[in-house]
Amino acid sequence: MGQTTAEKIFSTHLRDEPFPGTKVLDLDRVLCHEITTPVAIADLEWRGKDRVFDNTRIKAVIDHVTPSKDSKTALQAKMLRDWARRHDIKDFFDIGHNGVCHALFPEKGYIRPGFTVIMGDSHTCTHGAFGAFAAGVGTTDLEVGMLKGVCAFREPKTIRVNLTGSLQPGVFAKDVILFVIGQLGVNGATDRVIEFHGPVVDVMSMDARMTLCNMAIEAGGTCGICQPDMVTVDYLWPFIKGEFTSKEVALAEYSQWCADADANYDKVLDFDVTELVPHVTYGYKPDCVKPVTEMTGTKIDQVYIGTCTNGRIEDLRQAAEVLKGHKVADTLRGIVSPATPKIFQEALAEGLIQVFMDAGFCVTNPTCGACLGMSNGVLAEGEACASTSNRNFNGRMGKGGMVHLMSPATAAATAIAGVITDARELK
Amino acid sequence: MKKVFGGPAIFLDRVDINTDEIIPAKYLTEVTKEALKPYCLEDLKLEGFDPHGERLKNARVIITRENFGCGSSREHAPWVFEVNDIHTVIAESYARIFRQNMFNCGMLAIELPKSDIDALMTLEKEANGDVEVDIDLQEQTVVARGNDRQESFNFDVSPFDKALVEAGGWVEYADAHY
Ligand code: SF4
Repeated sequence: MGQTTAEKIFSTHLRDEPFPGTKVLDLDRVLCHEITTPVAIADLEWRGKDRVFDNTRIKAVIDHVTPSKDSKTALQAKMLRDWARRHDIKDFFDIGHNGVCHALFPEKGYIRPGFTVIMGDSHTCTHGAFGAFAAGVGTTDLEVGMLKGVCAFREPKTIRVNLTGSLQPGVFAKDVILFVIGQLGVNGATDRVIEFHGPVVDVMSMDARMTLCNMAIEAGGTCGICQPDMVTVDYLWPFIKGEFTSKEVALAEYSQWCADADANYDKVLDFDVTELVPHVTYGYKPDCVKPVTEMTGTKIDQVYIGTCTNGRIEDLRQAAEVLKGHKVADTLRGIVSPATPKIFQEALAEGLIQVFMDAGFCVTNPTCGACLGMSNGVLAEGEACASTSNRNFNGRMGKGGMVHLMSPATAAATAIAGVITDARELK
Repeated sequence: MKKVFGGPAIFLDRVDINTDEIIPAKYLTEVTKEALKPYCLEDLKLEGFDPHGERLKNARVIITRENFGCGSSREHAPWVFEVNDIHTVIAESYARIFRQNMFNCGMLAIELPKSDIDALMTLEKEANGDVEVDIDLQEQTVVARGNDRQESFNFDVSPFDKALVEAGGWVEYADAHY
């Protein structure tokens, strides 16, 4: 019997099986940010176990609230900073170098096919785009990961999603994943990995694959996984060229993590996305999705472009393409947060920042920003935000606020019109 | 530290209650568990539910529906229960991370089928909300009393999760084993 990608990773990383069904895995990466890690640090200190298992496999960033907004967030940042110094965590990213974790760590080449990755953050599933098993965990799992380099899982079953056909112009990975979540429901993939296959994924960039995998958790999934291929190798090449004699050799090595043809799936879902139109959420759950055509005209107070879902360079290009030569509606405020300093610089060099500023957008530093209602860009009661993020829970962006999730192109079109708008209609 | 599991129950009759509703993100700036105490379930909108009411204050057990604890991975969700002396949740199903976080803290996330939760919800109505729950982890039973009658159910818990509860959580367990 063949194996899925997750099964392959589980069997090669198995440290222990203390009880049937419980697998303790060795970890290749333990990723940390300043919201969920400080409590783990404090607990380790309190237990007299202020150690780390390996300072090269741990990576850390201050990203959620940065620069700090008050004394409490300043303390969180300080705790992470002091700990990183104390343990000589070389890959620690502070102001001037920091960006949204799930954009920054892949960009640095830290995630490779076949890796096991945990982080105290539910959107860790993003890193599965590289053919890794990457799971969000709570602070206790993170703490044990930091201390011992292991994490316990029930071996997840895998749902295979085959995406066939081809996407129409103006339809993006975000629309695909919103649609898929609408089909699966918010707990349709609980305790499952979602493996994405098919010609639509094959031609997607790593940026788009990360958007796809980022939202696996919104269907309850442990991880979203794409199959490593030449696109993966090309992305990683600057970081791995010392390890392999050619890209073909790297591809051969990484292909071992691809699912076997006779792998066993919990479920196989086929979606032909040729007719798919842009999608938007309408309620307080990410599976409340509709074609944008049914949401057109909904009044919006703020547009937010950025986050670990859609704050990468391709996303900014797609938004700027729509925005170019237009102004933000005067009933609305636009905010854009490039996800990392590198993305910010690329956007500057390409003139995208100019487009955003000419249109009347506020451009912030790389950070999670408005995404989770604890930093900047918080909504007032009764306001609505068109956002390229991943979560629309009640209160997510501020008490009494409504969040409509959509692609960067739809968000840009909405910014111009002041109401939810199909970007394909603008041109 | 071993926990006490039974006691008065509070009923949250809704599916998909997420961790933003259990503890809003704006409180994630706290670096101690105790500081979370006043904000338990603050953003939960549910008819008849008052996050500042006596019923929640007295509750030691939460009984609820499907996919409880979905969304953000924040362990602040189990912690806000822990500091309010709620060490047991009984639900039809859980989001993976929340469920694991409960056991990792040495607390209990019990799963019962819909028919059992329905029976518990009926008991709640008959008893005007005054339901007491006893949990026996060794026997794996839940006994709920109210309105002069009781309902009892068996539950499954994996040997690993049981070991975590007995060890007082995953840090203790992992440190002893790895
Ligand atoms: S951008 Fe939003 S969803 Fe992504 S890590 Fe930051 S807060 Fe979480």
